Amino acid sequence: MLEIRGLRANAGEKEILKGIDLTVNAGEVHAVMGPNGSGKSTLAQVLAGHPAYEVTSGEVLYEGKDLLDMDPEVRAQAGVFLAFQYPVEIPGISNAYFLRAAYNEIRKSKGLEEVDSMDFLDLLEDKLRLVEWGPEIMSRAVNSGFSGGEKKRNEILQMAVLEPKLAILDETDSGLDIDALRIVAGGVNALRRPENATIIVTHYQRLLNYIVPDQVHVLCGGRIVKSGGKDLALELEAKGYEWLEQEVGAAS
Amino acid sequence: MSSSVETLVNKEYKYGFVTDIESDSAPKGLNEDIIRLISAKKGEPAWLLEWRLKAFRGWLKMTEPHNWPNIRYNPVDYQALRYYSAPRTVKPLGSLDEVDPKLLETYQKLGIPLTEQKLLAGVAVDAIFDSVSVGTTYKAKLAEAGVIFCSFGEAVREHPKLVRKYLGSVVPASDNFFAALNAAVFSDGSFVFVPRGVKCPMELSTYFRINAAETGQFERTLIVAEEGASVSYLEGCTAPKRDENQLHAAVVELVALDDASIKYSTVQNWYAGDEHGKGGIYNFVTKRGKCAGANSKISWTQVETGSAITWKYPSVILQGDNSVGEFYSVAVVNGMQQADTGTKMIHLGKNTRSTIVSKGISAGRGQNSYRGLVKVLPKAAGARNYTQCDSMLIGNRCGAHTFPYIDVQNSTASVEHEASTSKIGEDQIFYLKQRGLNTENAISMIVNGFCKEVFKELPMEFAVEAQKLLGVSLEGSVG
Repeated sequence: MLEIRGLRANAGEKEILKGIDLTVNAGEVHAVMGPNGSGKSTLAQVLAGHPAYEVTSGEVLYEGKDLLDMDPEVRAQAGVFLAFQYPVEIPGISNAYFLRAAYNEIRKSKGLEEVDSMDFLDLLEDKLRLVEWGPEIMSRAVNSGFSGGEKKRNEILQMAVLEPKLAILDETDSGLDIDALRIVAGGVNALRRPENATIIVTHYQRLLNYIVPDQVHVLCGGRIVKSGGKDLALELEAKGYEWLEQEVGAAS
Repeated sequence: MSSSVETLVNKEYKYGFVTDIESDSAPKGLNEDIIRLISAKKGEPAWLLEWRLKAFRGWLKMTEPHNWPNIRYNPVDYQALRYYSAPRTVKPLGSLDEVDPKLLETYQKLGIPLTEQKLLAGVAVDAIFDSVSVGTTYKAKLAEAGVIFCSFGEAVREHPKLVRKYLGSVVPASDNFFAALNAAVFSDGSFVFVPRGVKCPMELSTYFRINAAETGQFERTLIVAEEGASVSYLEGCTAPKRDENQLHAAVVELVALDDASIKYSTVQNWYAGDEHGKGGIYNFVTKRGKCAGANSKISWTQVETGSAITWKYPSVILQGDNSVGEFYSVAVVNGMQQADTGTKMIHLGKNTRSTIVSKGISAGRGQNSYRGLVKVLPKAAGARNYTQCDSMLIGNRCGAHTFPYIDVQNSTASVEHEASTSKIGEDQIFYLKQRGLNTENAISMIVNGFCKEVFKELPMEFAVEAQKLLGVSLEGSVG
């Protein structure tokens, strides 16, 4: 589904990603871990097409197509979803209005008819249950005055409604208490399908207690320095990142 | 666009006064003879001619307000303008093919039906168009309720006493440079009179009069609501107007007697000029309401997206005790547009209340200024004002400016002012794009959210159109 080859990217003058290779197949969950500043969030943002980053070399194929050549909204319409580390507030626009607009944009791009607000509310019901929310959240302005946990839950709600093929969760677990973590993880698990894939970007192992990954990759200094199964996450939790950084330092 | 305000040869009017009643328009320039001609053409009574002449004499001694407004433009040559032309100087076009394609594109984006597109663009429309019948049913219903709604000229002929009583009672002819000019040469406009105790049975809209009213560049509107009466009036249309005149100096006066309420909503979308700032309407408007009676209420809602230059301060004089004044405004500038707009709330009566909510949006190289005055006079015990003034910037080349003036002369008054400035950021746009919206829809959504408090004051249909309009106005604002 996703093939990243030799991806390098800059933020301004500074090179953040220094040659990433990663293959994600349908049905898989990949965890990308690493210390602060290793480039994890940059990787997520570059895949979604954030204009602040400049790809300097390498390629990314998504379902065989050149992902880097697509505008961010085209990527979204093609099924790439980024759950933001810092979801943005949009005062004055209700969650329901926003989400229906997004849902309809994606439908339109597939040549499907737009859904009216009544039908959309029906569709929402199940999705809200997934994140254990009542309908009142839909009339609040998007992320406006939401707590950190509510914002993250709202990202998962959006993901549930938009049903992406490739979901990228950027530090979705940061700032969550145990209950919120359980709800967010439950939502992600419920959305796992053989035809979908998920990339979980995280600093800590604890989310991976709830969402079991197929593969774990460790990002250090803009490169993937180690890949393994779910046990690698536990090893990192026990030993920290330092031993890896030293190992990498010694090798180079 | 029209070259009428470009500096043409400024020669003395050498033909003197030629009463060529058959001719369609007066020669260029402004003098007492021209004013006599305008008044004669309209068959006006002597008192009105005198009123015009007095205004003109006052105007001659006034100077154009060039120093205090935060707008820059080349001086207008008032002697190069034509102050009278018979209705329908704009030659109807044969078909939509002759209309500027850019204009048509905008109509389509706004979802305006084809027949109406033709009307707006000035294409001759055949008689099948049902505005005539709509107009007739409309008139009958209003007449039944006792509401007078007609052109200003008709009001002068049919209801001279009412016009004479209220004309200039809120905006005197000597009020300011542009109001004086309007008083001297006003062409036509609307007149509304809602008698005692009557709730106007429908929203009044100039839209219904669009084909009848060639109101021209010096429009004058007078709305009177007697004791206990109420009316909602919609001015303008969300579609850009085809217009040959560059200078517009309109006056609107509202009078609310005891327990009366007037709601006045405007959507202004005149030609803003091209991307280099060439052409475009200069919109210099004086709008003021007087809450003359106790417990009366006047509410202004405006959405200003057009014109090259906007100079406009819809105000309320809160004279009656317990009267209420409101001002809700969205002003958008893009390209090279400049707007200096806001309001004045003058508290005279006891326990008078006013609310100001202003949303300024600047994009492109636009310059947007909010200018507001809250004045509480010594007798206005218990007066209250709440002002919220928010600015939003899109891009790095535009400007937002705020000039709030507060003058409180009664210690029991309470005045609150809140202000904010925000910038649409890359992150906000990216967030919406990541959810599948394109850049234009993303900006439109963010801006609509920003303006929500004002839009909810607009009548439903108008609000929907205003939202679409905002999207169209901001197209291409982010490179």
